[in-house]
Amino acid sequence: MNRVKKIWKFFTSSKKAAVGSLLLLALLVVTAFPTFFAPYDPSAEEYIPRQGPSISHWLGTTAFGQDILSQVIVGTRQSMLIALVVGLFCTILSVLVGVSAAYFGGAIDDFLAMATDVILVIPTFPLIIVITAYAKANNFWLLVLVLVITGWSYGARQLRVQALSFRNRDFLQSAKARGESSWYVIIFEMLPPMTSLIVANFLGAALYAVLAAAALQFVGLGNINTQSWGTMLYWAQNNEALATGMPLWALAPGIAIAVLGTSLALLNYAFDELANPALRPIRTLKLSKLSKLVGNKS
Amino acid sequence: MKFLLRRVGFLLIALWAALTLNFFIPRLMPGNPAQAMMAKFHGHVNPLALKALEVAFGVNTHQNLISEYFQYLGNTLTGNLGVSVSYFPLSVTSVIAKALPWSLALVGVATIFAFAIGTVLGAITAWRRGGILDNLMPPVFIVVSAFPYFWVGLLSIWLFALTLGWFPLLGGYDETATPTFTWGFIVNILWHAVLPAFTIIITSIGGWILTMRNNMLTVLSEDYVKMARAKGLKNKRIIWQYAGRNAFLPNLTGFAMSLGFVISGAILVEYVYNYPGVGFMLLQAVVNEDYALMQALFLLITVAVLVSIFISDILTAVLDPRTRVQT
Repeated sequence: MNRVKKIWKFFTSSKKAAVGSLLLLALLVVTAFPTFFAPYDPSAEEYIPRQGPSISHWLGTTAFGQDILSQVIVGTRQSMLIALVVGLFCTILSVLVGVSAAYFGGAIDDFLAMATDVILVIPTFPLIIVITAYAKANNFWLLVLVLVITGWSYGARQLRVQALSFRNRDFLQSAKARGESSWYVIIFEMLPPMTSLIVANFLGAALYAVLAAAALQFVGLGNINTQSWGTMLYWAQNNEALATGMPLWALAPGIAIAVLGTSLALLNYAFDELANPALRPIRTLKLSKLSKLVGNKS
Repeated sequence: MKFLLRRVGFLLIALWAALTLNFFIPRLMPGNPAQAMMAKFHGHVNPLALKALEVAFGVNTHQNLISEYFQYLGNTLTGNLGVSVSYFPLSVTSVIAKALPWSLALVGVATIFAFAIGTVLGAITAWRRGGILDNLMPPVFIVVSAFPYFWVGLLSIWLFALTLGWFPLLGGYDETATPTFTWGFIVNILWHAVLPAFTIIITSIGGWILTMRNNMLTVLSEDYVKMARAKGLKNKRIIWQYAGRNAFLPNLTGFAMSLGFVISGAILVEYVYNYPGVGFMLLQAVVNEDYALMQALFLLITVAVLVSIFISDILTAVLDPRTRVQT
């Protein structure tokens, strides 16, 4: 009960957490029921092409005569899926590498820390481009694989640093003295105090995945026949949407990406602040509170 | 000395990892697409160049993987990166040499601007904690950082080039102008660089502001800052000479670490603006199935990032004795 209260307090007291989770919730609802919100079939090419915004087509139509609003709404699902799946796998990998490096120390730590740093400094986007250019099979899981390979190292580094700071604390020493196994100590003693940092890392990786996937699809390295925000941008760019008077075709999916990105980033910062109280915004003490503290009722 | 050796060792290991990745990626893919490209290419190219390409992609070679690997390493280290298919018969190195100055100038200048402005703004934000800037800046840049880099480029093209007509639309310079060393042409080049540079600065500045702010907050709570205040020193002096200097150093390391992200973003910015740099060339190479050029560009970008990280590491060590002490 206490824990539920704590979580509730976190979401209501932090503005960042509140706004971020509301945005994410709204997107989740859209993801769950796209056909309920989308006014038309997003792939139907049966409306007058190149229309501006109107009552029947709020965001206008594409050069192929598709409804832009419906495409944005239906495209939500793929971005959400990529955020969730890549974020999850990246986090698992970061925790495995970062925490076990810190726990075992010595040569294992040296090797894992080195590997993490090497992956971290190799510029990811060119690497992703090279891999996807060779792998012509434009499927979803390949995209996920590439994004996970390139996305786990940042989190692993952060988690390792935090786990290192626990290494000589009493609660770990006593667990080891009780004769608990390594895995028990890692999972039940080390991970719980790191929860907020782990969640922050999940959100960071999810944000990275959404942006990188959109970029890849934009340059034509994804499956260009799926319904997603990145492929909308690809088709808009290829039909010179900006120069031919259809700016909304290119601008709307970008704003959609930014809404998802903002919600992830806001939650990310909120959890970061939870993990590191020094970053929290200072609250000026209200006068009423102050007078209570002083004990002056007047 | 030990520190320097460690950094050199790391640089070498990272370089080796990048070279090895570059070697194995085409070989791990099912149905090596380079093979199809090579088939088209047979008979159009002198046998020596063909041989280099074959080694690079693992096509038609009857050697084992290990001797192929060493031959590839030798070729790469001696600058023999093969022939470009899309710019045939030019060698990959000469094609890249044309694009490189554009990227160095654009990305280099934009990054230094973003870093300098971001660091100053971050320091001020932390000092005036709870002030207007501190309340406004983080949320604004959280939102900005959530936009895809290339989309910010699209938006600025639409707004400043197409709608307002303030800046040229695409390219590195006016196609009708003859490239000469005249004042007019240089202005033309700068004019074309404004929007791409603006896009890179806007999208990367938030990161510098936030990290500098956070470093500064930690430093400001130190005793020597309190002491400086107690002594009644001027705020300006405390910010820049006491706190700023110490907060800036970890930011320099952060600069190195996030350089890869900036370069990644710059590739897309060049793509959006058809800017004639290496990023645009990389994506063109992908479209044209020019694998030799593509892999050479990947290596070049990686080496550039690794060397910059190395330099800023050494710089940090020279400026900050604390990093030299830690093991």
